[in-house]
Amino acid sequence: MGVSINWLRKYVDFDLTSADLAHKLTMAGIAVEGVEEKDDDSIMELDLTPNRGDCLGMINLAREVAAITGNKLQIPHNDLSNEGTEVNDYIKINIQDTDLCPRYSARVIKNVVIKPSPDWMQQALINSGIRPINNVVDITNYVMLETNQPLHAFDYDLIGEDKQILVRRAASGEKIVTIDEALHELEADMLVITNGYKPVALAGVMGGHDSEINEKTTTVLLESANFNPVNIRRTSRKVNLRSDSSMRFEKGVDPNGTVMALNRAAQLMVDLADGEVVPGIIDVYPAPIKPATIKLRTQKVNRLLDTSLSTEDIQGYMQKLSFPVTRKGDVLLVETPTYRPDLQLEVDLIEEVARLYGYNNIPDYLPLTSATGGGLTAYQIFRDKLRSNLAQNMYEVINYSFINPDAFDRIMLPDDHILRQVVKVANPLSEEQSVMRTTLLPGLLSTISRNAARRNYNLSFFELGAIFIPSQGNLPQEKLKVGGIVAGSNDINWQKVRTEMDYFYLKGILTGLFTGLGIKDVVYQAGSIPGYHPGRTAIISCRGQELGVLGEIHPLVGENYDIKVRACAFELDVETMFNLVTPNALMESITRYPSMERDIAVVLPEEVEASQAIAVIKQINSPLLRGVEIFDLFTGGNLQAGFKSMAFRLTFQSGDRTLKEEEINPLTERVIQLLESDLQARLR
Amino acid sequence: MLEKLNEIEKKALEAMAQAKELQELNELKVKILGRKGEITLMLRGLKDLSPQERSEFGQAANQVKDRIEKLVAQRINEIKARDLNQRLEHERLDVTLPGLPINRGGKHPLTLINEEIRDIFLSMGFAVAEGPEIEKDYYNFEALNVPKDHPARDMQDSFYITDEVLLRTHTSPVQVRTMEAMCPHLPVKIIVPGKVYRKDDDATHSPMFQQVEGLLIDKNITFANLKGVLMLFAQKIFNEDVKVRYRPSFFPFTEPSVEMDISCVSCKGKGCRVCSHTGWLEILGAGMVHPRVLQYGGYDPEEVTGFAFGMGIERIAMLKYGINDLRLFFDNDKRFLQQF
Repeated sequence: MGVSINWLRKYVDFDLTSADLAHKLTMAGIAVEGVEEKDDDSIMELDLTPNRGDCLGMINLAREVAAITGNKLQIPHNDLSNEGTEVNDYIKINIQDTDLCPRYSARVIKNVVIKPSPDWMQQALINSGIRPINNVVDITNYVMLETNQPLHAFDYDLIGEDKQILVRRAASGEKIVTIDEALHELEADMLVITNGYKPVALAGVMGGHDSEINEKTTTVLLESANFNPVNIRRTSRKVNLRSDSSMRFEKGVDPNGTVMALNRAAQLMVDLADGEVVPGIIDVYPAPIKPATIKLRTQKVNRLLDTSLSTEDIQGYMQKLSFPVTRKGDVLLVETPTYRPDLQLEVDLIEEVARLYGYNNIPDYLPLTSATGGGLTAYQIFRDKLRSNLAQNMYEVINYSFINPDAFDRIMLPDDHILRQVVKVANPLSEEQSVMRTTLLPGLLSTISRNAARRNYNLSFFELGAIFIPSQGNLPQEKLKVGGIVAGSNDINWQKVRTEMDYFYLKGILTGLFTGLGIKDVVYQAGSIPGYHPGRTAIISCRGQELGVLGEIHPLVGENYDIKVRACAFELDVETMFNLVTPNALMESITRYPSMERDIAVVLPEEVEASQAIAVIKQINSPLLRGVEIFDLFTGGNLQAGFKSMAFRLTFQSGDRTLKEEEINPLTERVIQLLESDLQARLR
Repeated sequence: MLEKLNEIEKKALEAMAQAKELQELNELKVKILGRKGEITLMLRGLKDLSPQERSEFGQAANQVKDRIEKLVAQRINEIKARDLNQRLEHERLDVTLPGLPINRGGKHPLTLINEEIRDIFLSMGFAVAEGPEIEKDYYNFEALNVPKDHPARDMQDSFYITDEVLLRTHTSPVQVRTMEAMCPHLPVKIIVPGKVYRKDDDATHSPMFQQVEGLLIDKNITFANLKGVLMLFAQKIFNEDVKVRYRPSFFPFTEPSVEMDISCVSCKGKGCRVCSHTGWLEILGAGMVHPRVLQYGGYDPEEVTGFAFGMGIERIAMLKYGINDLRLFFDNDKRFLQQF
């Protein structure tokens, strides 16, 4: 909101430059975002917090300046008398729903001449971002800017035959065309101003088109009312109409300020529209709202702020704000004005003390509290290790938690797949961000796709983040997943060393990860997972618990993401991994006796998997067999079709002696026999 | 005899000095000192001499033998050294050629900043608490003193799942969850890092971003304590001579509420584009925990007080790394990620 310094000066004097004033206001909690210097004025741009809606009124803002500078507030003088009853011959006013309209004040001004308002007033409105219309409408807006009390002027002759106002809840389906010529169908909890039959204004939000001020208007019915903030807010949201009036009412307007604003505007209509005020005022206020009294304890102030203010000091700050105070020992009874609805509790007044004392004058030191353990939980430490481990070879990414529902088609999930059961965002920014992810894969694929499109090569990314599973009647289940993806190769080097970032590359990273985290006995089993290559995908498990998947991305999925090279990905459940960590692994002593190696190469049927062959070898069940490594693998050549050659290095070692040939040879023989009998292997 | 010996020595030394290869030298050694070598043969002829002559000559011959052997050893070392040097010279690498490309990786810059912030508070004895990203309206708003239809809800435009469930708009719901779990124990001393969501998307707003929240509740926690902790944090995360200032602000869940500014990290407070020529940068919001929030958590505001603060990780990361566009964090371009 723009505030003219010259205008502000009408209500309080100050000997400050605009920059100094802006700074002081900011440091007192009325944030000034910037000052625009004009020829003969400065416009401060305020960024008010929602609790200080009162400062949308110039006089209330002037109160702040008065409190800061110690100067006196000058409220515009008004001679208009409230005496007389003639107005009752013009209009009858009733409030049916006083819960939503605690007060309705009104006057009638006759013989007005509609014309443009004077330049100074037009300029004042423009500075505050309001378009000048005509003198009567401009006066209502001007007084609103001045007092924070929204006003509405009806053309008296257009409000209907009965000359009455009834304030009530709308009937469901009732209609009104507002001044902006929009037709609104109303709901039963919206408050309307009616002429007894039909709505003439959407209370506190906008007036009706039918009774608006026009160039032929001669008699004005001027409304200055108070409405329930929550109701105005709901109505304004439902009809999608935010006006200068609704914006003020929803933050709370002083119910005791209606008459002052009404009289001010009526007087200006005399002065600027040649009007004649019909004697008397109508003021329906069945249950007047009185200022609350809040207890403010000196000891509580000092205990919360760490200050050593005296009761007199505190009383002084309350007086600067013109809050009436009664002192009882070290307790102040502070009467909080009704234009400050934000002041409800003692702490609210403590904040008033603090901001006038100056936040920067309060000392700073570290708290003395009982000692705490603090620190990270085992699970938090585990996640850190997981992240650090993967970050050795892969770049961490962060993708949005919401995805496009078409991602499930793109990763080729069958229609009835469980991961298609999603948590939907009711009001997403766009379709692309409309459902919560149930897998990290779409985000990882998009990351590869985007990078590849920008000609970034040799790609390797991981993400640690939650997925969301719907849960009947509860908050969705959030599961932490870790996913990774690789694509391409790092073949741009002069040594011509080419590392294909394929299934085995990524498996190597995972093997290192599991070792680093202390997760043992991890098993990879060929499996079929939607979105992955049917022959190049493993389900990873450990001690009977499924950890997740590792595999090459299905070429059609790659196509769907415009990825032209082979990509491989994994996705694992973090909590399951954490639960499988072998705690406190103890050191194994290192033998000082030499090991002996035996290499054997066998021809095997192609479908025999490496893990099967190794399992067979281990059936010799000898403690001397310390390791089995596959060091060669090939097909083709002069091998029969359907067969492959696999070479194993067997390592034998004893913890208490140097092994002899005679001990090892029978073991090796036995391995060969087992391979032959169990797997139809043939020694090469 | 002696003359002949001297002659042999002279010739041998000359030949050895000229020898270029190890083999040549070994052959010379055999030829002179070997079983059928010149000196060996001469020594065999000694039996014809008198004992004294024999002894004199023997001594002389042994000395010659020693000298030759020493020279041989010396020449062998020289030649070996020469050969090694030649080999090493031959093996010279272009050390300026690039090394083998080892695939490296790294943590996301937001993770790095998150860890940096976290470590500062861990060192002050805070624990790390966490909570769900999809949250009940109750924890996200109501228990934080933001009733339904309160204008303060406009400060945090939300993504809803149902009327009562939403994507959390801040990490503050974990405050109430933690208080509920801990009450009546004291102190409550946590930080809460995590993803949060608001319905905003432009150059300075992302619909998903990260926050770190802090909460300390105990008997006699004061506004001065809040300032003390925030000051220490600012010094550790930025630098020792950072200046801070505090401005009154409004958050429904704290009272008094405050915003902390730091002197601009770019111009050191002189005024520049980064700080919109004010010299100050707003970095976090904080305040004394609102009595109603303490009550929602189960604590008696007459007995305990507390402070809370919250900041955006992206904001801190942008300031520390000089990142000018928020969207880079979620774009995940390798050229961006590999810089940290």
